[in-house]
Amino acid sequence: MEKKIRILIAKPGLDGHDRGAKVVAQAFRDAGMEVIYTGLHQTIDQITHTAIQEGVDVIGLSVMSGAHVPICEKLMKEMKKKKIDDIMVVVGGVIPKRDIPHLQEIGIQGIFPGGTSFDKSIQWIKENVKQRV
Amino acid sequence: MGVAKYVKNEKDEVQDVILQSGIHVKPLYTKKDLDAIGFDPDKDLAPPGEYPYTRGIHSLGYRSREWTTRQYTGFGTPEETNERFKLMISHGQTGLNVAFDLPTQMGLDSDDPLAEGEVGRVGMAVDSLRDFEVAFQGIPLDRIGVGLTINAVASIMLAMFQAMAEKYGFKKDRVSATPQNDILKEMIGRGAWIFPAKPAVRLIGDTIEYSMKELPRTNPVSVCGYHIRESGCSPAQEIAYAFQIANTYIEEVLKRGHRIDDFIRGFTFNLNVFGNLWEQVAKFRAARKLWAINLKERYGAKDHRSLLLRGLFGGGGYGMTKAQPENNIIRGAYYALAAALGGAQTAALCSFDEAYTIPTPRAALLSLRTFQILMEEIGLRDTVDPLAGSYFIETLTKQMEEKIVDEIKKVDEIGGMIKAVETGYVQKEVARQAYEFEKGVQKGELIKVGVNKYTEGEEMEVELHEYRKESAEEQTQRLREVKRERENRKVVQLLKDLEGAARAEKNVMPYLLECSKAYATVGEMTKVFKEVYGEFKEPSIF
Repeated sequence: MEKKIRILIAKPGLDGHDRGAKVVAQAFRDAGMEVIYTGLHQTIDQITHTAIQEGVDVIGLSVMSGAHVPICEKLMKEMKKKKIDDIMVVVGGVIPKRDIPHLQEIGIQGIFPGGTSFDKSIQWIKENVKQRV
Repeated sequence: MGVAKYVKNEKDEVQDVILQSGIHVKPLYTKKDLDAIGFDPDKDLAPPGEYPYTRGIHSLGYRSREWTTRQYTGFGTPEETNERFKLMISHGQTGLNVAFDLPTQMGLDSDDPLAEGEVGRVGMAVDSLRDFEVAFQGIPLDRIGVGLTINAVASIMLAMFQAMAEKYGFKKDRVSATPQNDILKEMIGRGAWIFPAKPAVRLIGDTIEYSMKELPRTNPVSVCGYHIRESGCSPAQEIAYAFQIANTYIEEVLKRGHRIDDFIRGFTFNLNVFGNLWEQVAKFRAARKLWAINLKERYGAKDHRSLLLRGLFGGGGYGMTKAQPENNIIRGAYYALAAALGGAQTAALCSFDEAYTIPTPRAALLSLRTFQILMEEIGLRDTVDPLAGSYFIETLTKQMEEKIVDEIKKVDEIGGMIKAVETGYVQKEVARQAYEFEKGVQKGELIKVGVNKYTEGEEMEVELHEYRKESAEEQTQRLREVKRERENRKVVQLLKDLEGAARAEKNVMPYLLECSKAYATVGEMTKVFKEVYGEFKEPSIF
């Protein structure tokens, strides 16, 4: 039997706009994934800690404030430190096109700016995730 | 998005229209419809400026006075924000509404490690009175009202605003500030909360109580249905939740022994305008009537001025799209029309680059011109409540009233808004609706031009407001200077006094004023509150 994909949907930093994160959480749940939603105002430390505790396959960040680059840089650094940089990272929110190459460079694999359909992001994750044993 | 659902047959004939509030719209309305809902022009349709105010709160509406325009403005350092304030005013804007950055909104100083990457990004960075002095340099505060979009630390910002105004020689009974100061909506749909609900509501009570005597021209709260609608609720719920939030704040002040007529006139509302035009207009008309009834019957207000719903109707953020952004200019025009037909006292619009970043000057000025054209050329100043008497609009207004009353009852049954928020009832409901909505759009059941219909055309390059990383360094520099130049021993003592007042549940405003005058920082004052009140624990909704 295929194990369900476990995904952590996180709201890092100070941004309180969570409509998108909550909507995506519901969509991923209905698509058969096990979704853990962190709630607001999470530090990178808290997110990585929860990711380890929950044994997730994917970390999904939702950032609407424009601070996605510093936040993602910090996350990737911390994941390397905690030796969990094999967990897939995806990010969604207000992400200008011109920032996408840099995000990919630092290790963000799935980038789903506003307007990405559920089908697209779910399909992508299912095809690309390397599930943890 | 908030659009209605159109049920069509294979011939593209519209068989049914279902508004977001759940009301079905018929192809034709006649006098029979008014009779069917028991419409009584004498009871339901008094002249504007008379109870129940369905038609408006002033007898002459825009004939006597245009609405105030108040675009949400602020970014980077106080210098940059001051420049943008002056630009907007020079182009005809008549009020200010200050955008603060996230660290400020969350009670963090610009040098706090948690503020990294966010200083000056979504709004102006404010750490101390010095920043307010710079931000409002040269602004005639006795002539221009200032909205402060600040909530968790509204008490601090209001005190700091007073300190700044007095420093510039303005009398405290002449300046008009409107701190948004609505923490319950933060917990539902905006997320900039810090303290738990009960102490946070107490702080709001403090600002209202304080303003009664000290800042009589200040509107200490702007109760927001806006953000709850942005988060996914229907227009009817938007009003119901806003009213129940307002009732919570009213009761906080009443329990201190004050009379409703002595403070309620300081309440204002911030309501949304995107979506179906008719639904919004009917919503505003129904809201005015229900607010008047709420004050009269639930709280026994005696003064007729206590019954007036004063509002900023605007924004429309969720209606704006990322695809084909120039379409948002058009949407803005229709949303402004909804606000005017709805009788707003103040108007503001999201700019066409809403889905991308904070507004460029060009985008912000276009929003301003939208209002000016509406008022000067299109005829929205001509007459009050022009749609009154329409078979459709009066029927719809009555139907919206019923929907709103239903939703108000639901919150009463739960035990009030604080309970509804602490248990996550409202958040769950809103998140569920948001999901249903998004599914509808992705399935093509709810049409958004440029997003799921008429998507052809090349992608437009949007000029982006650039975040200046240097503003964070400049801000931190200034903060260091302020801490060096102020009397630190005095600040320490005043912060201790603040803590004592907070613990003793005294009104904290006079203490915040003294702290602000001594250049205590937002972070330092917030830290005191955090230690006394603790932090809000977000209820899990999944």
